[in-house]
Amino acid sequence: MRDEILIEAKNIKKHFPIKTGWFEEKKYVKAVNGISFHIKKGETLGLVGESGCGKSTTGRLLNGLIQVDSGSIIFNGKDLANASKQEWKKYRQKMQMVFQDPYASLSPRMKIKDILREPLDIHFKNMSSREKDKRVEDLLDKCGISRFHLNKYPHEFSGGQRQRIGIARALILQPELIIADEPVSALDVSIQSQILNLMKDLQEEYNLTYLFISHDLSVVEHISDRVGVMYFGDLVEMGTKEEIFNNPQHDYTKTLLSSIPQMIPKARRKQLT
Amino acid sequence: MSNLQTETALNIEPIKTKSDHRFLQFWRLFRRKKPAVISFYFVLFLFIMAIIGPFVTPFDAAKPDYNSVLETPSASHWFGTDEYGRDILSRIIAGARISLSVSVSAVTLGAIVGSILGLISGFFGKWVDKLIMRICDVLFAFPELILAIGIVAILGPGLNNVIIAVAFFSVPSFARIVRGATLEVKEMLFVEAEESLGASRLRIMFKHVFPETLPTIIVYYTMNVGTAILAAASLSFLGLGAEPSSPDWGAMLSVSRDYIGTAFHLVFFPGLVIFLTVLAFNLLGDGLREMLDPKMKD
Repeated sequence: MRDEILIEAKNIKKHFPIKTGWFEEKKYVKAVNGISFHIKKGETLGLVGESGCGKSTTGRLLNGLIQVDSGSIIFNGKDLANASKQEWKKYRQKMQMVFQDPYASLSPRMKIKDILREPLDIHFKNMSSREKDKRVEDLLDKCGISRFHLNKYPHEFSGGQRQRIGIARALILQPELIIADEPVSALDVSIQSQILNLMKDLQEEYNLTYLFISHDLSVVEHISDRVGVMYFGDLVEMGTKEEIFNNPQHDYTKTLLSSIPQMIPKARRKQLT
Repeated sequence: MSNLQTETALNIEPIKTKSDHRFLQFWRLFRRKKPAVISFYFVLFLFIMAIIGPFVTPFDAAKPDYNSVLETPSASHWFGTDEYGRDILSRIIAGARISLSVSVSAVTLGAIVGSILGLISGFFGKWVDKLIMRICDVLFAFPELILAIGIVAILGPGLNNVIIAVAFFSVPSFARIVRGATLEVKEMLFVEAEESLGASRLRIMFKHVFPETLPTIIVYYTMNVGTAILAAASLSFLGLGAEPSSPDWGAMLSVSRDYIGTAFHLVFFPGLVIFLTVLAFNLLGDGLREMLDPKMKD
């Protein structure tokens, strides 16, 4: 693994206002409360935490789907805070998202072929139609979906297959960073491992960098190189997978780890309440 | 587990089943709703009449025949004749073209303008939304027919102005209904996914959000054609639409109301046709709504 940093978040903050009456004090939800981290090229950073702790918001901030209130995001050495629309479009090509719910993230009225061509249509206006088709077919093969299914609609696929399509869509622009927001939590456990292995294989093949957001510690343990633990908008602990799982420092991490169901109860980790 | 192993079953070419075609699937479900299907065939029949009507009428719809004035329905004149001896059936068939073209073009115009406004309003939100919706509120405050009468009074009588008037009062309702649908679709995950791919706002709006609002528009369109026929007929009845001599259904009613005591069929048949047409469009719209509104998913 190289040590080059691909993306860095410096003290990023996002507070969402809660609507209150005219004369009441304004209140905010501190979704992301000044966190800093970086991801090196080719590694997988797992982001864990309970629901509502701001991990999905962090993913969306990195991708620019929502704007940061303060702090900066540096991608490939360039600060994205002041990037123009055109520049954002260019960055989007290099960082793609895989969403949690494969049932909702694919347009229900488009064929698989068109869903996968869409990113190419947006970013490569000059590419020939045949070349686009070829790229779509090749990638679909790699993601384990037969090219016979190109003319089908999303509702004709199972959840696992749809997530494969979602991954193929994210990869078709040949990005460097994939932000995967709970990509397997909507799937059956047996399918989860297939998708995780697919993601690992693709990472090796394309030298991808992942930000893997999940609440499921076993999943994160399986795929990550380093792990960050989030708690109420703060990044409370960060370290290599081994450090976090074998020698957690923060109390919250310890509680979190103790909640993983064990094959043999009380075998490895002490149960905390 | 390898990927090859897991998806082998899927790599067999799928057998083409009928269910692959969304339209056929739709039609098979639609066929079960009897009132809607009967209405659909009736509407289809009306459209065919509107196209070929003038060529198949048993008598000339405009030519007076003073030997058979105010005849009651008989074997030769099924719906009887009017005060100039013109065959009422022929006039109704010829009038289908006027009534349908006026109502369909008015609603189409209203639907296009209203849908675009609603789409913009719902998609961009903020002050654009507020502005468009407040204008719609103002238009909603007028009773529809009064508004139409006002517009025709300003522009002058005539069918083209009736089209504009009817289109005008259907704009706000389309705008409001499409805005609602847009607000719902805008929050869907696949729209966010498109945004993360780098799609422009216009592309998302027209290519991804608009198609999702189409079912709503289609349903509302169908129901509105019925209303528009009624409105156009009312305007003609008031003498603001078609010329009294033309075979417009509303104008026929208007002219023959003097004979309502003596020759009942003069009023009855045009009224019946208007009633059936509006009913058919409404039932068809109801059927479509049942099909499309609870999201024809999977």
